Amino acid sequence: MRQIAFYGKGGIGKSTTCQNTVAGMAELGQRIMIVGCDPKADSTRLMLHCKAQTTVLHLAAERGSVEDVELEEVVLTGYRGVRCVESGGPEPGVGCAGRGIITAINFLEENGAYEDLDFVCYDVLGDVVCGGFAMPIREGKAQEIYIVCSGEMMAMYAANNIARGVLKYAYSGGVRLGGLICNSRKVDREIELIEALAEKLNTKMLHFIPRDNVVQHAELRRMTVIEYSPDCNQADEYRALAKKIINNTDLRIPTPISMDELEQLLIEFGVLDDDQKIAHLIGKTEKELAPV
Amino acid sequence: MPQDIQGIKDHARLFQDPEYQALLQCKQTFEDRPPLEEVARVAEWTKSWEYREKNFQREALTINPAKACQPLGAIFAAAGFEGTLPFVHGSQGCVAYFRTHLTRHFKEPFSAVSTSMTEDAAVFGGLKNLIEGLENAYTLYKPKMIAVCTTCMAEVIGDDLGAFITTARNEGAIPRDFPVPYAHTPSFVGSHITGYDNMLKAILSTLTEPVGRTGSNGHINVIPGFDTYMGNLREIKRIFGLFGIPLTLLADNSDYLDSPNDGTFRMYPGGTPLEVAAQCLNAEATFSFQRYTTPKTLEFLAEASGRPTLTARPVGIRGTDEFLMQLSRLTGRPIPPELEIERGRAVDAFTDSQAWIHGKRVALYGDPDLAMGLLSLLLELGAEPVHVVVTNSNEEFETEARALLASSPYGQGATVWGGKDLWHLRSLMFTEPVDLLIGNSYGKYLWRDTGTPLVRIGYPIFDRHHLHRYPTYGYVGALNLLNWLVNTLLDEADRRSITPSKTDFSFDLIR
Repeated sequence: MRQIAFYGKGGIGKSTTCQNTVAGMAELGQRIMIVGCDPKADSTRLMLHCKAQTTVLHLAAERGSVEDVELEEVVLTGYRGVRCVESGGPEPGVGCAGRGIITAINFLEENGAYEDLDFVCYDVLGDVVCGGFAMPIREGKAQEIYIVCSGEMMAMYAANNIARGVLKYAYSGGVRLGGLICNSRKVDREIELIEALAEKLNTKMLHFIPRDNVVQHAELRRMTVIEYSPDCNQADEYRALAKKIINNTDLRIPTPISMDELEQLLIEFGVLDDDQKIAHLIGKTEKELAPV
Repeated sequence: MPQDIQGIKDHARLFQDPEYQALLQCKQTFEDRPPLEEVARVAEWTKSWEYREKNFQREALTINPAKACQPLGAIFAAAGFEGTLPFVHGSQGCVAYFRTHLTRHFKEPFSAVSTSMTEDAAVFGGLKNLIEGLENAYTLYKPKMIAVCTTCMAEVIGDDLGAFITTARNEGAIPRDFPVPYAHTPSFVGSHITGYDNMLKAILSTLTEPVGRTGSNGHINVIPGFDTYMGNLREIKRIFGLFGIPLTLLADNSDYLDSPNDGTFRMYPGGTPLEVAAQCLNAEATFSFQRYTTPKTLEFLAEASGRPTLTARPVGIRGTDEFLMQLSRLTGRPIPPELEIERGRAVDAFTDSQAWIHGKRVALYGDPDLAMGLLSLLLELGAEPVHVVVTNSNEEFETEARALLASSPYGQGATVWGGKDLWHLRSLMFTEPVDLLIGNSYGKYLWRDTGTPLVRIGYPIFDRHHLHRYPTYGYVGALNLLNWLVNTLLDEADRRSITPSKTDFSFDLIR
């Protein structure tokens, strides 16, 4: 059994990419479980054709203790037999969502949810702000991390930060970076930019997913593209990514870069302006800069 | 071997039996233990200057800190008020430890409850636990006030006590006008003295809120601080009685932590009446006997009452003199003749023992104010403080302590080690040995290691009985302190002359 995790900036399309890719992997006969690690609980809706499934922590709160929850109540079967589970979490503003994810994953392990599987696939909330959200990278959990990103500055900044998180656990727990997945935002020279970033992070761009409206159409129907429109080009893109992940043996320890290096890269590709060129503009108001 | 009912062995003796010794021998095979010579060599090395330097470079590890955590101080303060139930929002285990810790020192029951937060409460927040807890505690234990503080668990997830308690009132768990002071007391900040300050300030601001300032009532407030000598509270009351000055103790836990056994269990013995405490802003002035334990409370009282807040430490002759004169100046009342006689006795006793204490090198550790009091006493006895370790130190204390030491010829060789722990003190005592160590029960490990005789003063003291019942304040307290100090030195002199015809060859009874 391989355990993989999708990380990336919030809103980049992790859950969509994860579910579409898993659908492609399931088509190839893999037995997979998706573990949603986000209090929003939207990591399995395309598999189950539902809004949000009942989460481990929701039931635990109802029953008063996680010990009173049965595995069958929270693990549902979706498209092509993919098993789906959502950790859930507290209401916004109270409690500790990170601890919630730790609790939910421990529950799954102790109750034998990880048996008879080829892949466990964690879909983790965008901003890894505390140890709880790093749970899937920690010892004995996901060995392969895939970072979903795009050519936008903040997405690359997040990718570099996640690489730092992976590095932190790389030597103690054996977690490795599997590659970057570029979910296109149609930024200029996006492929070269992400390939350059990947090289600096000691990894590769595993796949470039072009932008296509069919993804939104499928999402509206709470379906993956592969199920909604199996013959379209986008479905084949996800199938290709699925195949690459299944065959991926090139797992690396990442080499995250400094903020300066990252900015230099963005300057090279014209995403940012050179500090020297814009030095006379920094900190100046509109009025101050107005031609006299 | 099963234990024999007629002669049950404690663990120390039981594990000397051959079958346990054989078992321990077997266990060593799996422990990867280095040879005994190597253990002895390293043990010897830890006594060296070289190791001391390494030890003082420690950054990310604390070994045996001389402090406890905030909620312990908070519930200690709460227990000093009439009918008050200390209520800890957090996990059960923490609160069980606080109760045990206090009970082992005072040999008295200590009632405190928790909201029993478990993993689920940590994930979802402890609102439900707090509401149900308040309702249960109010119904079952019928307190007059519930004083809420927190453990780390509630603090890490950021539970909002103020909002939670208001919600509990709105849902009818407790009556709207029932006093529920609350203090956030994360254990990863400060120490037990910080928790004492936070809780006391919360209680006083809650109780005085409906009353406010209505004009002077002629009382003097005294805040004892985290003072574990119940004899001190009684001594303060006695001194004020002799002066004829009305006293408000904030707070008085002397009946709670040293209660008479008359066959009836009382859940809330004694305590400062809530109505009296509510009047504290109308007092003439406030004395704090532990300035570094009560900064926020003093600031609150100074602002809210507009009356003077003073610091005093009636420890030893000089400390007591200063306090009595301050009190006399403040109230215009003369110092009672009884106290002058007591002073004479204490001075006489000091001169009687002076020959044995003069020039003795002393190491001590404890809370900042305790350390200040002891330093003052040692200097007037002619003892020489050498190592002064205060884990929960602060800059102001260190400046005050250094100034005090600099003012006396006996204080010249002393170093104040703020923020250091007992493992640091161990290095200090091996490289620069002393004649006497003053500290709590944990000083026993240093006594075992270094052979330095230990005088138990401070908190906690688990392994000696009844010391907390005696005062250390006033001239009577000075006598007690002198008694503990000089008789420990004399015990040690006897111990050192115990070998017949080797160290014991004269007919001198004194050693």
